[in-house]
Amino acid sequence: MWDKIKDFSSEFFVTGDPLILGAQVSIGLTLVAIVFTLTYFKKWRWLWTEWLTSVDHKKIGIMYIIASILMLFRGGVDALLMRVQLAAPELEFLHADHYNAIFTTHGVIMILFMAMPLMFGLFNIVVPLQIGARDVAFPFLNSLSFWMFFFGAMLFNVSFIIGGSPDAGWLAYPPLSELSGSPGVGQDFYIWGIQISGIGSLATGINFVVTILKMRAPGMKLMQMPMFSWSVLSSCVTIMFAFPILTVTLFLLFLDRYLGAHFFTLDGGGNPMMYINLIWMWGHPEVYIVILPAFGIFSEIVATFSKKKLFGYKSMVFALMSISFFSFFTWAHHFFTMGSGANVNAFFAITTMIIAIPTGVKVFNWLFTMYRGKLSFPTPMLWTIAFIPCFVVGGMTGVLLSVAPADFQFHNSYFLIAHFHQVLIGGVVFGYFAGLYYWWPKMFGFRLHEGLGKWAFWFWNIGFYVCFMPQYALGLMGMTRRFNEYDFDMGWQPLNVVSTVGAFLMGLAFIFQVWQIAHSIKFFKKETSGDAWDGRTLEWSIPSPAPMYNFARLPQVTSQDDWWEKKQRRLRGEAELPEVAAAEQAPLEPIHMPRNSGIPFIMSFSWFVAGFGFVWDWKWMIVVGLAGVIISMLARSFSYNTDYYIPVDEVERTEAAARGAH
Amino acid sequence: MAHAIDTHKGAHGHSAHGSHDGHHGHDHHDQEEMKTFGFWLFLITDVILFGTLFATFVVLRLNTAGGPTGAELIELPGIIASTFILLTSSFTSGIALLEMNRGNKKGLILWLIITALLGASFIYLEVTEFIHLVHEGATIGTSAYWSAFFTLVGTHGLHVTVGLVWMTALIIQLSRRGITPVTKRKVNIISLYWHFLDVVWIFVFTIVYLMGVM
Repeated sequence: MWDKIKDFSSEFFVTGDPLILGAQVSIGLTLVAIVFTLTYFKKWRWLWTEWLTSVDHKKIGIMYIIASILMLFRGGVDALLMRVQLAAPELEFLHADHYNAIFTTHGVIMILFMAMPLMFGLFNIVVPLQIGARDVAFPFLNSLSFWMFFFGAMLFNVSFIIGGSPDAGWLAYPPLSELSGSPGVGQDFYIWGIQISGIGSLATGINFVVTILKMRAPGMKLMQMPMFSWSVLSSCVTIMFAFPILTVTLFLLFLDRYLGAHFFTLDGGGNPMMYINLIWMWGHPEVYIVILPAFGIFSEIVATFSKKKLFGYKSMVFALMSISFFSFFTWAHHFFTMGSGANVNAFFAITTMIIAIPTGVKVFNWLFTMYRGKLSFPTPMLWTIAFIPCFVVGGMTGVLLSVAPADFQFHNSYFLIAHFHQVLIGGVVFGYFAGLYYWWPKMFGFRLHEGLGKWAFWFWNIGFYVCFMPQYALGLMGMTRRFNEYDFDMGWQPLNVVSTVGAFLMGLAFIFQVWQIAHSIKFFKKETSGDAWDGRTLEWSIPSPAPMYNFARLPQVTSQDDWWEKKQRRLRGEAELPEVAAAEQAPLEPIHMPRNSGIPFIMSFSWFVAGFGFVWDWKWMIVVGLAGVIISMLARSFSYNTDYYIPVDEVERTEAAARGAH
Repeated sequence: MAHAIDTHKGAHGHSAHGSHDGHHGHDHHDQEEMKTFGFWLFLITDVILFGTLFATFVVLRLNTAGGPTGAELIELPGIIASTFILLTSSFTSGIALLEMNRGNKKGLILWLIITALLGASFIYLEVTEFIHLVHEGATIGTSAYWSAFFTLVGTHGLHVTVGLVWMTALIIQLSRRGITPVTKRKVNIISLYWHFLDVVWIFVFTIVYLMGVM
């Protein structure tokens, strides 16, 4: 009996690595601390009613952002571990297996569990406020999306201490990711973790398309919509078309591993290259899914801090939508070396070059918006300005990679690594940071300390270039990705050491950001105006943080940058436009709101249970989990008491309290 | 709250304009419309899902790895029968919708039950076919062809099964609550789903069975 338990736990828990043991102990201690704190302060009920069951888009957005920052920490630690190993490969800081696991989890976590939730967090907080809506189209589904993401991410992360991490690369190419190449459970954690959170992402995509198309404030035409909302629309349409492919691809890989199917195996007629095609048919649109909203954020910020209307609004919309279209026709540039022949490679090389054009259009739009503007440079604007040259260089190296014959040299070298980190950090991360700084006062009702933010900004930027510029050179010197060791004679070490220094500078920058947030909470500076940056769009017309129902009266929109125009009319002392005045003076009405629900949490947890059961092939657990999913769905279908009205006097009280803070 | 929805259902109509027309019914009306629109978008994603499975099947259709082929094992008459059953169920779900629009709750429920029974017999035939194939020595692990076959056909079957559970739940709700804006939207949505599965089946029938077997 005792031996059985010992055998089981040595297979169940990851053992034999002091680094992981340390992590296991610290995770255990953190959990105990959280449980203790919640119990001691009697906060369990509060946590459940105010947060876990909330369908309020603002709270869901905040939960997304907290989760994504935790994941940024984990993905960042992974990166630093890799950089330490590469700076001094002879030390064997990470042995090969551990290194494989870490580059795999670094990639998955940064793209799927950091960038995606940070993006969804901003969608959630900003879009309804910006288009003058009281919530998203499907608040219940929104909560479900969050919890599916959360439990998917947890299932993936748990592999680190239980069962072993996946180690077949962030996209898990077969045959390595098949049972023959990865017999452990790590790959099953990969499949189920991503599958569960992917379903959540798909639902978010649908939710925001409906929200944007159907819930804009009265009078707001599509071509008057704030640019961030346009970028969300283009991103969500891309999600709708790309994510089902991911679902199918992972499902097929699961069937190969679990039921012995032969989709991607080397025997039985399977075709591993089909996996690589399928995963990139999702994967390439995916990188545009995460970058498009960043473009939207920059457009908002650049207009606000130039005090000018965005230059080339229509061309910007056109660029966003054409990128989301073309993103589906470039996937094969990830494997020019596959041997599809010259014609196929030529097609994908040309589409890849074409997609750079709309991106170039945007860069000029931002520059021309700043031209002759009344510029100011608080942190959101700094990130925007740092982004432009960084992204241009990253984009140019991308065009170099798109030249198919040349790519045979660059393929899977550090040149590629430097390229995609430059567009993902310089574009996506800078963009979401800019957005986070920009909308922070709106989310929480207080400002962040600017000085510390500037320290973080400079450390991030200098660290970025110090880290990744050497990697372009290393790539051209022949260093390939995913090796944990190289010989000293290769002459790669000096540049690798520089690169590692850069990575630690970025780590330091992250500490500055955490310090900045802690400092700003301690020296709480309430943002009373609701319009922290003299903004242009509707979210700045209401108090910060926004009341639960967002808008006491739905605004009547008459133009692009509606809030700015209204402020201008006030400054000029003009009478308000009649239709706007009518909407503003209309009597308050009871506000229709969705009720909180525990079903999304329970249903997603059931998916977690089922996923865990599939990973270990414990049939009873699969049955319990899936039964939980089905019961939750039926429970939702049978519940008709899903909404309520906030009475007028409560709206009046809330408004008076919020406005009274002036 | 359901009560509130019912009391307001008469108060709004398509004539309501603007967002402040002074009664709550309008919110619900918009919401039901929005949910239907959302479902259309979901169907788009489901098209992509099936599209990917079809592409996989087409790529792998010749990869039998020396094992049995579809033409050798599949018996078309049963498939043709189940095709007609499913097409008929689409027709009956259409009749159910007509009954609903006429306000006839009993007729609606009756035709939904008939639809569900036809759907169940389709599933029964599919399961029998799968069992037959397994006995003949073709499982999901036999070769890439059979992996793709079982996954594509099975995913459609799984969709139909989900539809059956959902339809049953809906029949219970209809018998309890009658035809309200909410249940009406639900019936509309499931009939969209049902027709969609029918269309997918036509492609399955053509590509997997007709082109693969004949």
